[in-house]
Amino acid sequence: MATDTLHHGAVAEPHEHHDASGTKVFGFWVYLMSDLVIFGALFATYAVLMKGTAAGPTAADIFELPFVLVETFLLLLSSFTFGMGVLAMNAERIGQVKAWLAVTFLLGAAFVGMEVYEFQHLIHQGNGPDQSAFLSSFFTLVGTHGVHVTVGLVWILVMLIQLTTKGLTPMTRPRIVCLSLFWHFLDIVWICVFSFVYLMGVL
Amino acid sequence: MFGKLTLDAIPYHEPIIMVVAAFMAIGGIALLGALTYYRKWGWLWHEWFTSVDHKKLGIMYFVVALVMLLRGFADAIMMRTQLAMAAGGAAGYLPPEHYDQIFTAHGVIMIFFVAMPMVIGLMNLVVPLQIGARDVAFPFLNNLSFWLFAVSAVLVNISLVVGEFAKTGWLAYAPLSGIEFSPGVGVDYWIWALQISGVGTTLTGINFFVTILKMRTKGMTMFRMPIFTWTSLCANVLIIASFPILTATVALLTLDRYFGMHFFTNDFGGNMMMYVNLIWAWGHPEVYILILPAFGVFSEVIATFARKRLFGYNTMVWATVAITLLSFIVWLHHFFTMGAGANVNAFFGIMTMIIAIPTGVKVFNWLFTIFRGSLELTSPVLWTLGFIITFTLGGMTGVMLAVPAANFVLHNSLFVIAHFHNVIIGGVVFGMMAGLTYWFPKAFGFTLSEKWGKRSFWCWFIGFYVAFMPLYVLSFFGAVRRMQSYANPEWQPWMILAWVGAVIIMMGIACTIIQFWVSIRDRKQNADITGDPWHGRTLEWSTSSPAPFYNFARLPEVGDIDSFWSQKQRSKEQLEDAPYTDIHMPRNTVAGPIISVFALVLGFALVWHIWWLAAVGALGVVASFLARVFNDDIDYYVPAAEVERIEREHQQRLEAQA
Amino acid sequence: MRQHTLWRRRGTLVLVLLCLLLTGCSSALLDPKGQVGIEQRSLILTSFGLMLIVVIPVIAMTILFGWRYRRSNSVAKYLPDWAHSNWIEAAVWTVPCLIIAVLAFLTWQTSHSLDPHKPLESNTATMEIQAVALDWKWLFIYPEQGIASVNELAFPVDTPVRFRVSSGSVMNAFFIPHLGSQIYAMAGMDNDVHLVADKVGTYPGRSTNYSGAGFSGMTFEAHVTTPAEFDEWVAGVRASSEILTYPEGYSELAKPSEYHPVEYFSAVSPELYESILLSFGGHGASGDVGHGEHGGHREAPGDALHESHSEVNELESASSAHHQAAIGHVTNQHASEDRAMSGYPTSVEAGG
Repeated sequence: MATDTLHHGAVAEPHEHHDASGTKVFGFWVYLMSDLVIFGALFATYAVLMKGTAAGPTAADIFELPFVLVETFLLLLSSFTFGMGVLAMNAERIGQVKAWLAVTFLLGAAFVGMEVYEFQHLIHQGNGPDQSAFLSSFFTLVGTHGVHVTVGLVWILVMLIQLTTKGLTPMTRPRIVCLSLFWHFLDIVWICVFSFVYLMGVL
Repeated sequence: MFGKLTLDAIPYHEPIIMVVAAFMAIGGIALLGALTYYRKWGWLWHEWFTSVDHKKLGIMYFVVALVMLLRGFADAIMMRTQLAMAAGGAAGYLPPEHYDQIFTAHGVIMIFFVAMPMVIGLMNLVVPLQIGARDVAFPFLNNLSFWLFAVSAVLVNISLVVGEFAKTGWLAYAPLSGIEFSPGVGVDYWIWALQISGVGTTLTGINFFVTILKMRTKGMTMFRMPIFTWTSLCANVLIIASFPILTATVALLTLDRYFGMHFFTNDFGGNMMMYVNLIWAWGHPEVYILILPAFGVFSEVIATFARKRLFGYNTMVWATVAITLLSFIVWLHHFFTMGAGANVNAFFGIMTMIIAIPTGVKVFNWLFTIFRGSLELTSPVLWTLGFIITFTLGGMTGVMLAVPAANFVLHNSLFVIAHFHNVIIGGVVFGMMAGLTYWFPKAFGFTLSEKWGKRSFWCWFIGFYVAFMPLYVLSFFGAVRRMQSYANPEWQPWMILAWVGAVIIMMGIACTIIQFWVSIRDRKQNADITGDPWHGRTLEWSTSSPAPFYNFARLPEVGDIDSFWSQKQRSKEQLEDAPYTDIHMPRNTVAGPIISVFALVLGFALVWHIWWLAAVGALGVVASFLARVFNDDIDYYVPAAEVERIEREHQQRLEAQA
Repeated sequence: MRQHTLWRRRGTLVLVLLCLLLTGCSSALLDPKGQVGIEQRSLILTSFGLMLIVVIPVIAMTILFGWRYRRSNSVAKYLPDWAHSNWIEAAVWTVPCLIIAVLAFLTWQTSHSLDPHKPLESNTATMEIQAVALDWKWLFIYPEQGIASVNELAFPVDTPVRFRVSSGSVMNAFFIPHLGSQIYAMAGMDNDVHLVADKVGTYPGRSTNYSGAGFSGMTFEAHVTTPAEFDEWVAGVRASSEILTYPEGYSELAKPSEYHPVEYFSAVSPELYESILLSFGGHGASGDVGHGEHGGHREAPGDALHESHSEVNELESASSAHHQAAIGHVTNQHASEDRAMSGYPTSVEAGG
């Protein structure tokens, strides 16, 4: 539809950009669906392999629920702060957008930091991903989520730079909308990871 | 410094490979030299490599696919020659380690680097034109997708001369593909070629899905879309939903191989059945990604050349949608013999057969489109008629394979090989050849030689039957796939017959090459001035040939199915007097090729465990992507005057011809 | 002259048919030597015949319509806007539906009656042979006789045999074309297939699932003998000076070799087959892959997965759920093997 409106010439430009950003966000939705299929495959693999502990530790042996609960709250909180950022964007308050994004970044970084610590701790205890199929699938599922969050962090940094250099433009706006979709998406995936991997593993 | 890579990785001792490599080197140097001599580098870079024009990308997909077809076919004829020789204790001329690479490479190349790019190339060329759009939704990603695919093709060809390719069969079943049983770099080449091109394919899927849903011209509702666009839409839905499974599965295999994890290993709790399930959960939809667009091609071809509306448009659409959905719940039929229970096997067997119903309906719809039509027997029509016959037979053997209890004796035999070549050659190859001939004038502005097109068809058609019917017979003797030699000398005559068939198919490919040469030579006589050489029915024929880079000077409006046809029926009334306007177009981009070359470096480094180079490649990918993200200058306006000039030239050509 | 040509044509036709017939006689699948294979042959021919109901008209119509409605034929009707007919639409949906309905019924029945895990009915007691795929040869263990052989199989005629099939290496598949059903051989997995031969003879057998460099030579001969001859064969094996111990002798044998000659072992370590199976679990019964006790647990995560993703991609979660089902079934079967190993009566899964 983007091209449809073009013959109105320069006058129609804002309208046209609006449509293009709609296409972008829709495209990003579709991408998220395909990413979800990756997580679906990893969840399925975990479900099949979770009992393949090869006489090594089981889920109940290695998970520390309180620690993971803190991680979970960090991520949930970061979704909230990102939401505030988007509200600020709609209110055209660029300073607030940047501030909320920075807070989101810190929360996300703390989450990734805790996850790295957890992994390192497990490997240190001799429960690395090469010890059993269960551990392989656990590290891979949780690690894939962690890599996604890390990509999100880099993306937040890029947006902070672009907001500073370019401001809120028809170019940066849809990117922030996409990033917020990405961030909430990762939150939802994490809730699945938390309940399905950690909670059910311990209970 | 160079990881596992040493000079020993180059197979000096393999004369066949060295000769091939020498030919490739000479050909490559000749090509590069010619490009330099004629000063075509700038042209190639600015007009093609960095282009975001979907039509040019479509053409480039086809060029790479045709080159890879030669490579894949060379593998095929080597295999057939080996099997024609290696009977009754004879060893043939290919030792197992070489033969095993060849059949793996043949499958991988033909599916990922021939069939896929042909299908995607055709979508690129045709879909935006059919829906009356000026480009795809994400032109840069489209360019990136192409280059990711192209560098993976390069990676596969590198494996020919540096190291080895996988010796595991095209789906690399674990645990054979695990590090314990395949310690070489072959599987790693397979992994990274598939991962890089797989990312490109997923992006293509998203791109075209959004394009078709969001960028249709005014009046084109979903149920006015041409059937090729419908089948492409469904194929892209399948790509979006299935390729991530491939990415995940291959990633898990990678973790097993590179980090000693235990997803699919024999021990430590690994489960190889999980691998087989996952790979087919992608693999089965994959075959429909290939065949659905081919179905679309036949629908367009048959309606155009029968000069008649497609019979049962709605049925056709719903049949396509049904096939799309069903293709996700049949994957287990690829391994009934794994030992699942009778209920599970029966369920998947019956689901598989149900797919035959909408497929059968489609076949009848094509037949009833011919019925009471006025069929011009052009080469695309011959490919279509050949398809209907061949594909129906392939469908029949497919249903036989879908009966679990019959599958228990047919599985892994040459019956399976004959069956899927029956549907892939009869369906996908015939479809792509028909589509190529049909849309070639839209891409280049002149038609292909009919004489050589028909010769190519008859060679392929006859060659197919001579090559693959013997395999059905052999499967009843108990001959299995992937064997490098066999003890029973009674099989040899059939194997020789199959070899003869392969040679006939080779003549078909030669005819196609001659067809290109002859047609390019005679391009003046065969010029398509009107832009509508076949008296077409859909929007792509309403613009000039080759289509201008902006596709349509004025965006068309659509009132019904086959709207161009009905518009021609009504009158010649045009919006001639409506003024031209500025056209918004995406700029060419260097990001696609640069990101992809870094991806190639990354892939190669990972294959050989050259970690510093991998870091360079990864950083390069990220940096060049970020450079793109920070680039705001990505589009421009074509002034109305420029549009007017181009359109007037086209008008003058038309008048000159008249 | 015309008569002559006609006769010649008929002669050619007869010759062609004769060829096909001869082909049929030496063909393993069309000339089966056992009950399972015979039923599968009739199943193949039945489904072939059913499909021909559609295939022949389609091919005929393609040629007929293509010729009749060619552009140069001015006699044929041309209706450029005729694109719909309720009668034709109804017919082209109904006929395939009916054929598939019949085939589906047949599929359901034969999937159960020819289930490879289902014991065959016979007056003779079922004999057990354990087949282990190695790189690249077959090890056959005769638990009742306490002997083993490599790349040679023998069993008496008319005696149902339960082949328990596993692998000491990569995936393979155990197949004797003349007798019927093949089954995958997978490390750590205890699969089985029931076969019977009703004619004395020697039938070729092989692995059908590609397993690496020596795959082509992974063949064996299956000797179907009279009971007396079988006893002789067993005596012959017992006369061998070789014995197969676990793990030493076995790991020596398991080393990759191509076109391995026939070998006899007059004695084998007790529970050799079970030891090979467990060697991949490596840590006793508790930690092993896919043992049935966990089947119940497995359903739950599958459901959770289904729940959590249903809003996004129905298809994907549906396929994951089926996944669970598919894998669950193989595991259930292993559950029964587990019980068998630990001394419970074997209950072979029949009907999922």
